[in-house]
Amino acid sequence: MRYLPLNPADRQSMLKTIGADQIDDLFNDVPSDVLNSDFDLPDHQSEQAVERTMSAMAAKNQAAGAGPFFIGCGAYKHHIPATVDHIIQRSEFLTAYTPYQPEIAQGTLQYLFEFQTQVAALTGMEVANASMYDGSTGCAEAALMARRVTKRRKLVLSGGLHPHYAAVTRTNLELHDDQVVMAPLDESASEDIAAMIDDETSCVIVQTPDVFGNVRDLSPIAEAAHAKGALLIAVVTEIISLGAIKSPGEMGADIVVGEGQSIGNPLGFGGPYVGLFATRQKYIRQMPGRLCGETVDAVGQRGFVLTLSTREQHIRRDKATSNICTNSGLCTLAFTAHMTLLGEAGLRKLARLNHEAVCKTADALEKIDGVEIINKSYFNEFTLRLPKNANDVVNALAKEGVLAGVPGGRLWPDDPAAENLLIVAATECVTDEDIETFATKLRQAV
Amino acid sequence: MTMNSTGRPTRSDNAAATDAPTFTGNKALQIEEALIFEIGDFAGTGVDLAEPEAREDRLGGLNRNSDIGLPGLSEPETMRHFVRLSQKNYAIDMGPFPLGSCTMKHNPRLNEKVARLPGFADLHPLAPNDAVQGALEVIDTLAFWLKELTGMPAVAMSPKAGAHGELCGMMAIKAAIEARGEGDQRTRVLAPESAHGTNPATAVQCGFKVDGIPADKTGRVDLEALKAKLGDDVAGIMVTNPNTCGLFERDIRAIADAVHEAGGYFYCDGANFNAIAGKVRPGDLGVDAMHINLHKTFSTPHGGGGPGSGPTVLSEALAAFAPIPYVVSEEGKFHLVETRRAAKAEGDGAESFGRLTAFHGQMGMFTRALAYMLSHGKDGIRQAAEDAVLNANYVQARLKQEMTVAFDGYCMHEALFDDRFLKNTGVETIDFAKAMIDEGYHPMTMYFPLVVHGAMLIEPTESESKRELDQFCEALLSLSKRAKSGEIEFFQAAPVHAPRRRLDETVAARKPILRWTPENPAEAAE
Repeated sequence: MRYLPLNPADRQSMLKTIGADQIDDLFNDVPSDVLNSDFDLPDHQSEQAVERTMSAMAAKNQAAGAGPFFIGCGAYKHHIPATVDHIIQRSEFLTAYTPYQPEIAQGTLQYLFEFQTQVAALTGMEVANASMYDGSTGCAEAALMARRVTKRRKLVLSGGLHPHYAAVTRTNLELHDDQVVMAPLDESASEDIAAMIDDETSCVIVQTPDVFGNVRDLSPIAEAAHAKGALLIAVVTEIISLGAIKSPGEMGADIVVGEGQSIGNPLGFGGPYVGLFATRQKYIRQMPGRLCGETVDAVGQRGFVLTLSTREQHIRRDKATSNICTNSGLCTLAFTAHMTLLGEAGLRKLARLNHEAVCKTADALEKIDGVEIINKSYFNEFTLRLPKNANDVVNALAKEGVLAGVPGGRLWPDDPAAENLLIVAATECVTDEDIETFATKLRQAV
Repeated sequence: MTMNSTGRPTRSDNAAATDAPTFTGNKALQIEEALIFEIGDFAGTGVDLAEPEAREDRLGGLNRNSDIGLPGLSEPETMRHFVRLSQKNYAIDMGPFPLGSCTMKHNPRLNEKVARLPGFADLHPLAPNDAVQGALEVIDTLAFWLKELTGMPAVAMSPKAGAHGELCGMMAIKAAIEARGEGDQRTRVLAPESAHGTNPATAVQCGFKVDGIPADKTGRVDLEALKAKLGDDVAGIMVTNPNTCGLFERDIRAIADAVHEAGGYFYCDGANFNAIAGKVRPGDLGVDAMHINLHKTFSTPHGGGGPGSGPTVLSEALAAFAPIPYVVSEEGKFHLVETRRAAKAEGDGAESFGRLTAFHGQMGMFTRALAYMLSHGKDGIRQAAEDAVLNANYVQARLKQEMTVAFDGYCMHEALFDDRFLKNTGVETIDFAKAMIDEGYHPMTMYFPLVVHGAMLIEPTESESKRELDQFCEALLSLSKRAKSGEIEFFQAAPVHAPRRRLDETVAARKPILRWTPENPAEAAE
């Protein structure tokens, strides 16, 4: 077996040093009747054979790059510079552990410090942590944090929040019998969420751009939340939007959670992604997850360490702010490297290119009879109302090589109001030809 | 001064010469690197993008007009920045990384290659079912391997890491208890004092109270103490097996029986499954739920702290409460069950506890883990477990001449030492660990598990050759002798050859600086 360095002679001589006769002597605490069971599995295979098997499965999938592609809803196709993938494959990053020995992990720690700074700047917040698993789990953690900060047990979720984010949050909060108030589906961004906040409310969770693509003004919601002593949690699933849209921090959010996948990380069928988590300085001791901080070494040189660990499970155990341990280390590196390549100028330009692509797409689809665009505003995603079930349309178009978007029935299977909705995203990867093909096929399908 | 055969010095005895400062602060291959915020400016960029057309925007008047504060670097500057940073890291590709409980084994590059196939990497999680059949096949195949290796009937694939898998298992237990109508009654979870911190944290995150179980003299769960704590208010028990002392819980089946008899469930922390994979099926030991760290046992890389992946196997009693979404296969075609309503129809009317994450779990880790499993096969997985246990026992046998083993007898995949051998030397576990850094090794896990004083937990894994282990043991034996000879200053000064000397964690925590700010340009490293 090519991954195992010991040979039979080594094994014999090592057993002798140990003072055991055979390997199973070392397993003598295992009940003997269940040791060395048989398994219905094949034996080891060559690298070539494994590659063949895996490639055959990969070939059965319709990759985003294989044709016109317009799916978003929390995961977006963007170009990733070749440099990013090279950097994250360096042994020293790829095969390192969590930086618990900072003297020999300054590489990881410094990029985490840079990541935290980038995320804080992007979201308009004061501090950010070193990542969560993804945006949705970050959202649940934010709700738990708001519960700790306000000592209240009721949360209000906007009808524009990604339903999977809402479901993850509900799954976590209902464990504590908290009251989760979910506003009805709000595709046109017309809900009065402020009216739902009362003196019992720990937090209100609002996404912008929302799951339908509407750009939402958070300022009045922040004001209403603060007047009742509640926190505003802003969710951003398309982080590139923050190169064009006012940041949640500028609009008064108390916690911002985001999905960072769009920067540096591939679609990858949903994971691994990188959860962004930012808040105000006054709440740092209530934050979940790892934090990297600046310090000095024994001779006064600047260095970085994991800090405020007294919030974390390995120190605080049952009193920890979260049980999270392993986070999205390498995905934060991809984010940081890509963001370093973009810089502010590149990010703003990339955001404009996304907006341009979506505007062109909207203009082309709006001309189709019976197809209506719901949004008044959008960044790189909008929602269509079709004259028929969107799920059927999406399947029909997929057969013709066009991945058209996410049908409402996929996200809200129990809500008939969503059946004819189609959520369409367009990024810098979409070409004019893609848009033309999409429009032609959609016209035929409806 | 030591000389080689041609009379040239091989080592300077003049300490001052080796410590001589340079004008730049660099030390040959070790090059100091500032933060990107100190190098780049807001106009710089390392990408060439098309020029957007001038058009009226549709952003609803919410344009971002203020500065964001993100510097950009050109491509060569970016590459150099991150390569310089990388050279300040230790990694498994450089040498032994014997962190107990963390399982730092070789990361095959085949796994990286297959994960990057466009059919996997460039695939959207919400693409239509027919467009993702190969991805669902990967999930289904990996699930089959995990169920077969654990002897369990079901597995939840979506947990994003080990601690998330714990959450998954404990949520399933909570749902099962509530389905029995005992939700208000069974609120206590038992966990050994030697448990990973994630165990108590997870139990509390699920709304349970935690009650500790002491260890017996052999480093294992004290069965009688456990039995005394059982009652009709106990939801379950969380036990790591092999445990955090590197020992197999001899009484594991008696523990499971006792918990079941009391009406509770048995959560097994599978962080150490690598010691027994291919040897023993946890399902044969009475386990109800167990997460598997794909980034430990099945070698998807740790990546400097993640991403992980924590699929959680479930017993018959818990399977119906599994989280959505999950994959089912029907006549060679795969489907996703994505709603609680659909899951209820699948699960004999029992209710899924809900959703753990936006999508389907860590697909990028699934492809890597499956490539690893196919490469090993059942014979290789068993051999890997045996070699891991052999290597740990070899290290224990060689080091016990100078160091003190915490518990007698053979260990499993990791060897646990305490600090008795450092008694009266003035040297502490942390000093010993930092001295290892200068010798070219990543230290072992320190001060964990908490039940052993000054713990040093060494997990060599199956990836180390005998030659590498011999060198490692020689180094540790030499350090032990040095500690006993009274060279406290040597240890307290360590490390001296790393990119940084010992870092002050107290200063970091007292006045936290968690980001770079223009007003507080952190003093450049001089």
